[in-house]
Amino acid sequence: MTGTGKGVPAGVALCSETRVPATLRAVLRGFDSAFVLLSGRGATSFGCAMRYAAPTSIEEAVSVLAGDVHAQVYAGATDFIPQLRMGRPEPGVAVDLKRIDRLTGLRREGDSWVIGAATPSARLGEEEDLVAELPGLVEAAALIGSDQIQSRASLGGNLCNASPAADSVPAMVVNNGRAVIAGPAGMRTIPVASVVTGPGSTSLAADEFLVEFVFDRPPPRTADAYLRFIPRTEMDIAVVGAGARLTLDEAGRCREVSVALGAVAPTVVMVPAAAGILVGHPLTDEALKRVAAEASAVCNPIDDKRGTKAYRRQVAGVLAVRALRLAADRAARTGS
Amino acid sequence: MSRTHVTCTINGDPAEFLCDSDQTLLDALRDVVGLMGVKEGCATGDCGACSAILDGRLTCSCLVFAPEAEAATIETVEGMAGPDGLHPLQDAFLEGAALQCGICTPGFLVAGKALLDRNPDPDEEEVRYAIAGNLCRCTGYDKIVRSILDAAAQMREAAPAS
Repeated sequence: MTGTGKGVPAGVALCSETRVPATLRAVLRGFDSAFVLLSGRGATSFGCAMRYAAPTSIEEAVSVLAGDVHAQVYAGATDFIPQLRMGRPEPGVAVDLKRIDRLTGLRREGDSWVIGAATPSARLGEEEDLVAELPGLVEAAALIGSDQIQSRASLGGNLCNASPAADSVPAMVVNNGRAVIAGPAGMRTIPVASVVTGPGSTSLAADEFLVEFVFDRPPPRTADAYLRFIPRTEMDIAVVGAGARLTLDEAGRCREVSVALGAVAPTVVMVPAAAGILVGHPLTDEALKRVAAEASAVCNPIDDKRGTKAYRRQVAGVLAVRALRLAADRAARTGS
Repeated sequence: MSRTHVTCTINGDPAEFLCDSDQTLLDALRDVVGLMGVKEGCATGDCGACSAILDGRLTCSCLVFAPEAEAATIETVEGMAGPDGLHPLQDAFLEGAALQCGICTPGFLVAGKALLDRNPDPDEEEVRYAIAGNLCRCTGYDKIVRSILDAAAQMREAAPAS
């Protein structure tokens, strides 16, 4: 859950040049572990002298990071461990943040919801009031992997892994989420939208980590939604993800509108034109057609095995409209 | 390098083991503790063959560092059968032929148990979502789904009505 501003995850930048190459280390440790690494399968361990730290307070975690430039924080490890298997160099010390209460909690605090950065996704769906107030955020988090993954994966890990296709990020962004970050200089708060700077990179310094997210509780007639398109029903990575949040007035016209798209650009992209088209108006087919065109236009997608650029653009428009309709239905149901 | 000493509860019994800090819980359970019911399939969290219940939540033990098990409660397939015989899920899998080669079976049983622990009366869709993190290349899943539903029905029947 940390990174550098230099375009690579912190652990990678710090390990690769300053340490003995992994294969050589394995040879030094004997044939068995060399075989393990060369075959790409770790039978016992990854063949490196990585240490494990489990601080129980934010202050302790800050000092562990300050004391070891090869430290890497992690939350659920559902991305971190597979990345190590894929050959990412091991950090000097893996810092497990899940023993810090504030990072694994979930609470309503006045007019805000505060969700610990390492809180497992499954926990979000268990909080009935959160499901009622921020259903789109909960459904986005619930789309990340199987039940096994849900037990471990977190909003903080999903954000700082910095995949363009991260499901929870568009939902956090449309809800104007703020990220609370701890570091040697204390705490600072920035918009969730400012955390990811590109695929695999974040604006956090190597000695900083995410503590929690803060979301405003929705005012009346307000709701969010998140929809993801994948070619199968479960267990896949987004071709396109669309988050929407809107507030209706008493006559059913849009008062505030926010739309964000995932997996169609290096980072999540907003569709600012949606507000200009919809605010002051009901969700008519004509208006939504224009929103779809604007959503397609802001995309800067890639071609890959999951979809072509043209396909992603088209699906982005379709999904943005569907997410808006779903959010509007929910907002209308919340009543006054 | 010094190894990490872990104290935890495994299948209801107090347990201790020594592990490397970069060892996975899967490898520690198999190679150190000697519980071979957790299987390594993909080792990346996709196949569910290594499923274990960690502090009440279904997890892939291949995605957990072994030192994280400190003070934790771990349940594996080895703890499912009781003194009176197999767990109803195990009986149902045998009765319903819900396995062929068997390597995925412990993971499915543990995932099935995690589901029935929190939802004793799931419908077919809920069962299919609950085992979406477990891969089986033999059965085509249908017999597994039916067997979990059968076991759930038997367990509801056996349980005193509340």
